Parts: sequence; structure tokens; C-alpha cells
Amino acid sequence: MKRADICIAGIAECFRGDSDLLCNPIGISPIIGGRLAKATFAPDVVMTDAVSVLAANTLPIADPDAPRVIESYAPYRTVFDILWSGRRHVMMGATQIDQFGNQNIAAIGGFEQPKAQLLGLRGAPGNLINHRTSYWVPNHTKRSFVKKVDVVSGPGYDRMKDIGKPSNRYHDLHRVISNLGVFDFETPDRKMRLRSVHPGVDVDEVIESTDFEIVIPESVELSRVPSENEMEIIKIIDPNGLRYDEVKDE
Amino acid sequence: MVNKILTEEEVVAEIEDGMTIGVGGWGSRRKPMSLILAIIRAGIKDLTVVSYGGPEIGLLSATGQLKKAIYGFVSLDSIPLEPHFRVARQTGKIEATEFDEGAFYLGLLAAAHRVPFYPTRAGLGSDMLKMNPDLKTIESPYPDESGEYENLVAIPAFDIDVSLIHMNRADQGGNGQFLGPDLFFDDLFAMAANKTYMSCEKIVDTENLLDEGSVHTLRIPRIFVNGVVEAPRGAHFTECPPDYGRDEDFQKLYAATAKDAELWENFKSRYLNLDSHEKYLQMVDSREEEK
Repeated sequence: MKRADICIAGIAECFRGDSDLLCNPIGISPIIGGRLAKATFAPDVVMTDAVSVLAANTLPIADPDAPRVIESYAPYRTVFDILWSGRRHVMMGATQIDQFGNQNIAAIGGFEQPKAQLLGLRGAPGNLINHRTSYWVPNHTKRSFVKKVDVVSGPGYDRMKDIGKPSNRYHDLHRVISNLGVFDFETPDRKMRLRSVHPGVDVDEVIESTDFEIVIPESVELSRVPSENEMEIIKIIDPNGLRYDEVKDE
Repeated sequence: MVNKILTEEEVVAEIEDGMTIGVGGWGSRRKPMSLILAIIRAGIKDLTVVSYGGPEIGLLSATGQLKKAIYGFVSLDSIPLEPHFRVARQTGKIEATEFDEGAFYLGLLAAAHRVPFYPTRAGLGSDMLKMNPDLKTIESPYPDESGEYENLVAIPAFDIDVSLIHMNRADQGGNGQFLGPDLFFDDLFAMAANKTYMSCEKIVDTENLLDEGSVHTLRIPRIFVNGVVEAPRGAHFTECPPDYGRDEDFQKLYAATAKDAELWENFKSRYLNLDSHEKYLQMVDSREEEK
């Protein structure tokens, strides 16, 4: 079992229990994991074809010619309408993330004149304050799991505490999946906690690869591995193994 | 019906130094590139561009004609960050006003509806407000179910002098039609600006507008359009489905020029210092033949 496949199962698990919402993972592994969830235990979510329609069938990734069963129309404008309605669970990437889940995909070295311009705020500010959000970080290091992010694109739990009710009522930062483990914020002060480590990863490796003090439970569970049936579906969604380019085994 | 057919040069004559230009499309999709290249030829300066940004922001910053960009993102899609925009940001060459992508939609909508702002939660708690110190918040005048007055971000209406959009088909009166998968926000750009100019792949007679698409594709009524330009392959190198896809090879060639001054000079002299879009397309095609 390769690490990338375990990550896909972990991503899919983020969407367990979701129904009647737009499951909207962004990026290679998130799309594979989201489509796996929809094909198995979360059939009542809807997903886009990454262009402009909601496709009812399980689509292979990065294949614009794949036949699709179109169940509805979702151009970009509609996606914003859906996200403001709250019927959406997004998974985004994070170049940097801190212990309260503040995410940076905007810039390294500040916004004014960045040392490195990244993607930008994109939809993160609106996503975080309107509906459930999870993150995917394929390279868990001290440079990605940082003490303080350079720019806050998606606000974390400390920022949400500061703005208070009722503005923060729809904020719901659910999970962070990295190549090392699964993380949540189910702690009294909403600091990031290790929920499970992927098989083959040491808890110490997680601690050493994280620049902030991460909450470690007394006994750490192992992330689940995909079932045989799930592996068959993953191969249908990602026949060319794009996921292995994103997460490599040591 | 008035005949509103113009040339690229006639459209550009309406654009002055220092104006704010709204550009339709999305990333590297259905951008009015023949009009952007005409702006480059005309050397109009100190422009502000408002857009879901793509190569128009990169090109105009590389030519030194862009003063400020107001955007939800700047991307070439298959290349996630516009490379000339990256350089312009990292060297401080342009001013930048960055919005959450959905908040950007509300700035367009407010301008289209002639209200000063639309409220949203987007931006609260993030650095969007810190990055844009002019952005204000506003307390709802209505209490919620628990009697509290929610604080919201007031996204101001964009002040756009001229919008430029590109459609698949149009008639001479300025009724525009999109035949691809997504209109994006082009109807709002048309409504939001003082003047709107629309290029299109092909001008057809009004009675033929339904030949290729259903009535749902007629989303740009002529009341919002001041002039229409027939520009076959006018969105090149961005995509304009179903007429053509993105010219990924050419986009890569353009992207590479951001990292190398000599490549950029060559690109400029070969593809930008020309006197018409036809010449530009001839140069693009001759490159294909050389290969």
C-alpha cells in the first residue's frame, strides 16, 4: 500500500456524513478523494466536472473527454451562490498553515511586495466564513506547518474567536490531511490535534516536521488504508497515477 | 437597429490614459485579446484593469501600461499563477487590490445595480481587510434571531470606465451570444461600465442568432453594448469554446518570456509590435508552420 493511496482514503473520509451539498475538493489528490467518497459512502453529495456542470457519474481526473451524466448546471457564478448558501464543503491546499488552522495561499513575505507571490486569496476568505472547509497539504514540513502564516487567506479558529458571534457562526474548519497524518481541531482551545498517523509514519516524525506545538493524544490511531473495492475505484478515477506525483513514498 | 460595428482601433480610440478597464472572461478563457493587443499597440498608459485576471494583466504589466490591478485572481488556468503578474508583484511594479473571488463578484454586481456596495461575510477574519485598508464593514440594520446585529464587509461598486468582453456570436446591434460552457461574469461587466465594447468570433444577422444556440445563450442585450468588433480568433491564445480551445503551446511560449528579458523582447517584436490582429494571427500561424 502506497502512502498516496492512504492519503486518498483520508481525504475521502473528510466527506463522510456529507449529503445534499456540493463536495468541492480542489487539487489532484482532493478531487480523487472526493470522487471516491461520492462513489462509495457519500452518494448524496454533488460534484462538478471541474468545468461547469454537476456530473452524476464517477469521472476520471483530468480527462475532459470522459462521458459524463450531467445532473445540473454549475457555472462559476452558481458556485459562489451555492457557497454563500452554505451547501458546500470545500477542500483547499495550504502553502502554510498554523496551529489554529489559519491558511496562506496568498503570498510569502507579506502582501505589499511579496518575496513570493502565491495564488492569492482566491475563494478562501468566503469559503471559511460560509461553510465547512478541509485542507490538503501534500508536503508536511516545518515550512508548511508554521508558527505564523505570512498572510491569512482562510481564517482559523483564533481569528474566528476574535470576530465573535454572529459573524463566525458558519465557520467550520473540519480536517487537515497531510502526507504524514490526519489532523483536526477537536481540542478545548481549538488547537490542531493529531487525529491519526498514516501507517509507516512515526508520531515523532509528525512532531519534528511541525513548527508549532501540535496536540498529541495519549494513544494515536493509525489512519485507515483503502479497501480493495476502494482501490479499484481509485484506479478508475486516477488511471495514470497522478496521485503518486503528489505524494511519493520515501 | 443601429449598426454598432467598429474596428479594434476605433474601440481603442475611446480609451484614454488613466482609465479603468473591466475585462470579461476568466483566467485564460474567452478574453478579448484582440482588443488588449490593440491597447498595447496604442500605448495607452496608467491603466487600471478590473478582472478575473488572465493574460491581459500579465501583458499590460509587462509592457508597462498597467498602473493597478483589481482582481479576484490572476491565472492562466493550466499555469496556475500568471507569470508576468508574479514578476510585477514581486518587483512592486504594479499596485494591487485583491479580493476574495466571490467578493469580487459583488463589486461587479453593485456597479451593475448602481448601489454603492453589497454586503458579505467574505473577508471577516482573513487578511483581505488588512490588505485593502479602504474596505469598510457595516452593521446590519436588522437584528438576527437572537437580537444581534451582524457585522458585514461592504464590497464597494467597481468604478469602471470601459468594459471589454469577447463573445462567440453577436449581431451588428450589439446583442451578444456565448456558446461555451460558462458566461462567466461578462453580462455584469457590460452593465457595470460606463461604456462596453464587445468583440466576437462572428457577426451574424439577428434572425440567425438562434442557429447555433438556444435562447439561454443570448445573455448580452444590446442596451449594454456601445460597439461590436468582428474578431475571428479574437480570444487567442485563451480558449473560446466551442470555436477553439486554448493554444497551450503559445501560452507556454508567452509564459516563458516572464523569466527572460531577451525572450520578452523577441516576443514583443514578433507578436505585439504589429499593426493588426490579422498580422498577429499570421505570425502565430507561421510559427506553427515553421515547426
